[in-house]
Amino acid sequence: MALTHRAEPDVAAEALAAAPISHWRLAWWRLSRDKVTIGSAVVLALVILAAVLAPVISPHPPNDAHFNDNQTVKRLAPIGTSGHLLGTDEQGRDMLSRLLHGGRMSMLAGVLPVIVATAIASFLGITAGFVGGRLNMFIMRIVDMFYAFPFILLAIAISGALGPGLNNTLIALSIVFIPPITRVAESVTTQVRAMDFVESAQASGAGAFAIIKSHILANVAGPVVIYATTLVGISIIAAAGLSFLGLGVEVPNSEWGVMLNALRRSIYEDAWIPALPGLMIFITSMSFNLLSDGLRDALDVKL
Amino acid sequence: MWNYAARRLFWLIPTLFGVSIIMFSLLHVVPGDPLAGILPLQAGPEEREKLRHELGFDRPLIIQYGSWLKNAVTGDLGRSIATDRPVTGEVVDALGNTFILAITAGVLSMVLGTILGTIAGFQQGRWADKVASAIAITGLSLPNYWVAIMLIILFSVVWGVLPAEGMTTIGGTGSGALDVMKHMVIPVVALMMISLGIITRMVRASVLEVLNQEYVTALRAKGLMPFRVIFHVVKNAAPPVVTVVGLDIGYLLGGSILVEAVVNWPGAGGLLNVAIQQRDNAVIQGTVLVLSAMFVLINLIVDFLNTMIDPRIRRS
Repeated sequence: MALTHRAEPDVAAEALAAAPISHWRLAWWRLSRDKVTIGSAVVLALVILAAVLAPVISPHPPNDAHFNDNQTVKRLAPIGTSGHLLGTDEQGRDMLSRLLHGGRMSMLAGVLPVIVATAIASFLGITAGFVGGRLNMFIMRIVDMFYAFPFILLAIAISGALGPGLNNTLIALSIVFIPPITRVAESVTTQVRAMDFVESAQASGAGAFAIIKSHILANVAGPVVIYATTLVGISIIAAAGLSFLGLGVEVPNSEWGVMLNALRRSIYEDAWIPALPGLMIFITSMSFNLLSDGLRDALDVKL
Repeated sequence: MWNYAARRLFWLIPTLFGVSIIMFSLLHVVPGDPLAGILPLQAGPEEREKLRHELGFDRPLIIQYGSWLKNAVTGDLGRSIATDRPVTGEVVDALGNTFILAITAGVLSMVLGTILGTIAGFQQGRWADKVASAIAITGLSLPNYWVAIMLIILFSVVWGVLPAEGMTTIGGTGSGALDVMKHMVIPVVALMMISLGIITRMVRASVLEVLNQEYVTALRAKGLMPFRVIFHVVKNAAPPVVTVVGLDIGYLLGGSILVEAVVNWPGAGGLLNVAIQQRDNAVIQGTVLVLSAMFVLINLIVDFLNTMIDPRIRRS
């Protein structure tokens, strides 16, 4: 336990003196000590900021082709070309601008499904766990069915059936993430429901909704949200992967997966520009993974 | 033991039934014309109706599902509407090639992940642990399709030591097995990254859990050689890890779809990609069903292995 050695007098030492220390304060203290987590949070904040501000800070419009003096398309200008810091792509479009704009779609397609799935799965899981009995059996058996599919395969099959497009990617990934989150929500709800304070609330005449609102939700939210954050990294890779296969965001929109797919045919002409979109997917997914690891450790949640 | 095995095997039937229903409704309820890919452009409404009738697409969905299921049980997954070849044959051929990749990547990541995870667990907090944990989280965060492209850039384009695409050299003279192995290096390495990350983390967590148990202290206290202690710990840390390896096969089978697309590997992923683009429902259905059946079966085997390692699991 990190608290046993308190070298310098600080917030934590004061907090320790004034027992009992609050759960959130302890978590914050642990987090503020964790350099890796803070580092990844900073990187992530920069990536998000760059995506949000893309229309303002991009040097060029993302879909405009640039031309050489002799009117030929300025394709695959190397990294560091003046005016094009990260070069141009196979159609002469500015890489930096496309990467910045691409972040908007990639982040949206990666993060939104997890949020949607968490909302739906919490509802399903809490209902199944709280009501129990036949309803629990019914919901959880259906959830089990989805576990028979490898998850990328399911995502590809659903988007393949729905057809390409950002909306369909969002739907496909949301469906894929509902079963695992439902399992976590259900198992935590079942545990919490068996606790004494729930029984006391029932004995004092509280209705089901009141109990769920004031007792179950507060206890289930932590583990479910932490678990959901572990899925964001996978979700970003999967969303870009669907675009990479031509099942997600459609050309000419800039999105990291789309860019990677378009540029991979140019690797024999310029080896390094095609590496950039994938590098962005990797950095973003890694930051999310490190951040969720840090949060889980700080909040001391076991999954 | 056999009772448990029989019960688990019996559950396979409703599971696969559910998988087939989910798959079938996905492909048939969503909008989109399955004839669009095969009908000649100048075809009139009459020809369209005739083709619909021939392929049975004008019958009620439930009847279509029934007849498909009846054939599927006997191993007949229908015909590809694009190539008119039997789906079963195509899927089996492609699946063999995918399995070569998935099994190799699975075994390699299991061996490497166990070694890395065990070292990390025993060296908790020290530099060896930090290195192993860093490798693990990097592996987890790498998009495998990008890794495949990067490996092609490095080993094929820049250094020219490995072939970039395919499973064999077309018109090549080299010996068969060695040639295939050379082609396997890039997809296998790309594919194993995520599994390596997952398994390393799982082994580490499991080893740490076992190390905290009192009997490990007892083993050490009675002066057992460190090597023997490690053996005890690893054996007891195995069940949760074996479960993860089973789930991992799912990642590998699914992930291979993306990697296969990059290196043009003639596997189930390639088959599925083409089928999706052509809306070849029979092939999509067949491929997904067979891949999922494999996945379920592998997890079943994993469960049996676990009950052999730790008989307590059977009772819960």
